Amino acid sequence: MNNVKIAWRNLWRNKKRTFITVASIFFGVFLSTFMTSMQQGSYSGMIDNIVKFYSGYIQIQNEDYWENKTINNSFQLTDSLISTIKSVTEITQITPRLESFALISTENLSQGAVVVGIEPENENNLTGLSKWVKEGNYLSSNDDGILMGKLLAKYLKANINDTIVLLSQGYHGSGAAGKFVLRGILDFPSPELSKGFVYMELKNCQQFYSAEGFLTSLVLMVKDQSHLPKAKRKLSKIINSPYRIMTWDEMSPEMVNMIESDKAGGVIMKIILYMIISFGIFGTILMMLNERKREFGVMIAIGMQKTKLGKILFYETLMIGLLGVVLGFLVSIPTIAYYFAHPIVLTGDAAKTMIDIGVEPLMKFSWKAMVFYNQVIIVFVITFLIAFLPLTNINKLNVVKALKG
Amino acid sequence: MSVIEIKNLHKIYNESEVKVHAVNGINLSFEQGEFAAIVGPSGSGKTTLLNMIGGLDSPTEGQIIVGGTEINKLKAGKLIDFRMRNIGFVFQAYNLIPVLTAKENVEFIMHLQGVSKQDREKRTKELLIAVGLGDRINSRPSKLSGGQQQRVAVARALASKPKFVLADEPTANLDSKSTENLLDIMEKLNKEENITFIFSTHDARVVKKAHRVITVEDGKVISDERK
Ligand SMILES: Nc1ncnc2c1ncn2[C@@H]1O[C@H](COP(=O)(O)OP(=O)(O)OP(=O)(O)O)[C@@H](O)[C@H]1O
Ligand SMILES: [Mg+2]
Repeated sequence: MNNVKIAWRNLWRNKKRTFITVASIFFGVFLSTFMTSMQQGSYSGMIDNIVKFYSGYIQIQNEDYWENKTINNSFQLTDSLISTIKSVTEITQITPRLESFALISTENLSQGAVVVGIEPENENNLTGLSKWVKEGNYLSSNDDGILMGKLLAKYLKANINDTIVLLSQGYHGSGAAGKFVLRGILDFPSPELSKGFVYMELKNCQQFYSAEGFLTSLVLMVKDQSHLPKAKRKLSKIINSPYRIMTWDEMSPEMVNMIESDKAGGVIMKIILYMIISFGIFGTILMMLNERKREFGVMIAIGMQKTKLGKILFYETLMIGLLGVVLGFLVSIPTIAYYFAHPIVLTGDAAKTMIDIGVEPLMKFSWKAMVFYNQVIIVFVITFLIAFLPLTNINKLNVVKALKG
Repeated sequence: MSVIEIKNLHKIYNESEVKVHAVNGINLSFEQGEFAAIVGPSGSGKTTLLNMIGGLDSPTEGQIIVGGTEINKLKAGKLIDFRMRNIGFVFQAYNLIPVLTAKENVEFIMHLQGVSKQDREKRTKELLIAVGLGDRINSRPSKLSGGQQQRVAVARALASKPKFVLADEPTANLDSKSTENLLDIMEKLNKEENITFIFSTHDARVVKKAHRVITVEDGKVISDERK
């Protein structure tokens, strides 16, 4: 009889107890995998949303622009800059923007807003801007009209085809004034955007600001978050002063904070979950050791070395852990595969809030490998550590006392 | 030369406030092939004495010499090894490993000794037949009666070809028929294979079968009769 075989048979002596212990480990692995997948899924969903909504994964800006967002901190778009960026294979899309502030007026009403000059088609490919057009039309190339947020239009009592006056300061202090036709109204989910954004065609915008050929940012996309670090690394090698590379997390620190604090909450929940599992296994092992003291006494009395007996018990604990972990892993895979393919559609207040901030009301799941192996490793390490308990217990066992039962 | 030599053996328990002199200066020796009973009232020190002879407990004072080895001087691991090679044990009850069959229980110790599979199986079969359980080789202990379990325990005790077998009240949990049966088997093994048995008992019928009766009281030997 080898140690492993004896250990295996011992597992089935108290079937109920083994089952309960295995089940608790199983649920631990399953729940933490599920939770992690949900968290990771919602983070990448959030990042995806924010990135595709406006900022892109990366922006190339003038090095002073982020701290001081004026049109004077813009930069000239050159062919060599474009080809440099295009040499980075991770970059999938590029669109230029010129952004500044202006006073937007109709006959009697005025309101400040951000004016964004865009290449309509490129911009639409990247952020899907046209999908927010609820009235009028999206901009065509060489369009001389403008789009504005719905709340802004409402405030200004502006309708499609009305003439809108824009007043601002152009490049290096030149005056900027112009009349533009309102082409379309954008029904952004976010009130912030809806109240404060005006879009026009890039060349038109550059002319308005007397900043021909200038941009405030080049917005870049990569395939997904996982390609970002590499793209950034490559870009930083070839793009230097006076340019600056900004990634989405640098541009949206609030989002990063939100994810970090949510992660911290998740960690606490997992610690509690793991503690429950640990105590469960610990209790089972202690109970088992106590019940079988007499038997251990007999085995050592007739000549079994304590180390060998300890090994058997070590294997027993490990097998329980392994069973639970493997089951948890095997059940997690199809479950998460299902939810990965069919995200949970949220309803109620939560959904409303999400829609308001421009996020799809979906609970997405992550299918990344780490979602699975992290939990498996942690729970297995826990059982592995607990498996040392019988070793010390047997080492301290007094044969005479154990035989008395 | 004696198989077991006990010299001036003392065991004092002072775990609690009261000191208990469980074994109080015992001198004994056992020869190869003895069939000896240790008797005495409850608390007289029989178990304590047997435990020390078997190297399960350590004396407060004195020596136990088994086949020339002073076992109370052995280190823990070596002592376990010594027990495995030289001493057979039969306890009062729950002797067997529950998850192993009768055969595996008997084989177990030979496994520890590193006996080859072929020899193990041969000897196990012989022993189980000798204790009258040739037809229950593959039963687990829970499927055997108390008497059958004790017989497997005797077979296991012999499996390692020990110098002697210690049995602390081996029949205490058995009915009279099983008691007689177990004693007959032990006696037969003693007679035919010259195996040394030392057992403690309360049972007058068991005492009657013994060839030597050692009576202890208050940790001292008060009589030692050979028949
Ligand atoms: N671990 C211990 N701590 C303290 N005293 C003990 C311990 N073990 C045994 N004793 C005491 O030693 C004495 C001898 O006990 P022992 O078990 O050897 O008696 P025994 O002859 O086997 O009795 P029984 O016939 O009831 O089995 C008793 O007084 C007992 O209370
Ligand atoms: Mg006793």
